[in-house]
Amino acid sequence: MIEVRDLTKRYGDLLAVDRVSFTAQKGEIVGFLGPNGAGKTTTMRIITGFLPATSGTVTVEGFDIFDDAHEVRKRIGYLPENPPLYSDMTVTSYLEFVGRIKGLARAALPEAVDRVIRRCGLTEVTRRVLGHLSKGFRQRVGLAQALIHEPGVLVLDEPTIGLDPRQIREIRSLITELAGERTVILSTHILQEVVQICRKVVIINEGHVAVEDQIENLTRDMPLEEVFMRFIGGGRAAAEEATA
Amino acid sequence: MKNILAIAAKDIRSQFVSPIAYVVLTGFLLLGGWFFFNLLARFNFLLQLYLQFRNPEATQRLNLNEFVIAPLLHNLSVILVILVPVITMRSFAEEKRSGTYELLMTSPLTVTEIVLGKFLGAFVFVLVMVLLTGIYPLILVLYGNPEAGVILSGFLGLLLLATTFVSVGLLTSSFTENQIIAAVSCLVTLLLLYVISWPAETAGEVMAAALKYLSLTEHFSELVKGVIDTRDLMYFGSVIVLALFLTQRSVESLRWR
Repeated sequence: MIEVRDLTKRYGDLLAVDRVSFTAQKGEIVGFLGPNGAGKTTTMRIITGFLPATSGTVTVEGFDIFDDAHEVRKRIGYLPENPPLYSDMTVTSYLEFVGRIKGLARAALPEAVDRVIRRCGLTEVTRRVLGHLSKGFRQRVGLAQALIHEPGVLVLDEPTIGLDPRQIREIRSLITELAGERTVILSTHILQEVVQICRKVVIINEGHVAVEDQIENLTRDMPLEEVFMRFIGGGRAAAEEATA
Repeated sequence: MKNILAIAAKDIRSQFVSPIAYVVLTGFLLLGGWFFFNLLARFNFLLQLYLQFRNPEATQRLNLNEFVIAPLLHNLSVILVILVPVITMRSFAEEKRSGTYELLMTSPLTVTEIVLGKFLGAFVFVLVMVLLTGIYPLILVLYGNPEAGVILSGFLGLLLLATTFVSVGLLTSSFTENQIIAAVSCLVTLLLLYVISWPAETAGEVMAAALKYLSLTEHFSELVKGVIDTRDLMYFGSVIVLALFLTQRSVESLRWR
């Protein structure tokens, strides 16, 4: 599980994330929504320990990301917005490398690599060089990389961006399958995706959490798009009214 | 240790699948061969000349170590100043640019492991470079009678020099995601350390000593002469450790609040 409390990130004068709090329970897929520049990627980078927070705390499976960063890193699988691929490596050698730096024993490597290759549908491209793969396969390798050490928590930053409709559907069903006992946070712009695979939604706008709720509560009276526009547009309109 | 080796192995592999490694190695050996050939030709010419004049004293003074190996090593060291930045420029800058830095930094690795892994990877490359130039003294040993000890000490100096360059290159690469900036700032730093003792002759006594101590060339020259002094070894050792320490700080700073 992930617990984010009063998370704040400042870049000089710019307040990118402002006292963001939310939780994601075990076995829950949380959709992380918000317009571009709302602070989604920054929040995810802080949760995964890539960036430090200015203030606030995050605990991942009971470990604090600042004090126990090492423990947290062992337990998180992270797919950044651009899959972190070495374009000159083959799929297999890349996954072996990631497995090693994620702390897998050498003896356990072949099995782990084999498992994620099958799971992410990479069997036919194992010997291909990453730089020559199509966008869809690159995304899948990105997912495989996040899964190789069987992490309890998955953080996925726009996992379906730039894919064609068929690939989007494949990745979605893959994520649903993977969830199981894991905690998953995924950010996206596709609202439909959230309705299909997430149980809970966190909408973030201009660095604030606009709403955090179960999806069925939010979509009881209106479609999610309506909800989204209300919290995003509403927030800005209200602020403009106040300053006017 | 396991993590250090994993990163080093990954870097070595990616160096040898990219064309940069081969361009650098070819260029290095081509220039090295050209220097060697010319130095040897000049040596031969002088030898013939002195023999003609029946000048045994001058002929005695001619020796392969001083007339071929020493200038060869000095020339190679200048080429290394230019080529090592090309090897190290990728190490951090490329990871940052391609986004794989996020993978490294969110993996259960310590920053020290990442830095040492990168260092080891680049070190293996320059080791290969220096070992390949071993062919020139080998030719001399086969056909002449140079002093082996002096040669070994000189090549040890070349390797230490190259390793120092590597650690400075890692430092400049850790500052930026632009490989050109990484390479140029490394080149400038190395050249500066190379020529820093130039004003020593006109500077005051203390200043001159300080500048000479800082200069890479002064320490390298001692080793080329065959003098293995702990002061010179300490100098290279401390520059390497200092540069690696600063690299560690520079990478770690991303994690500071």
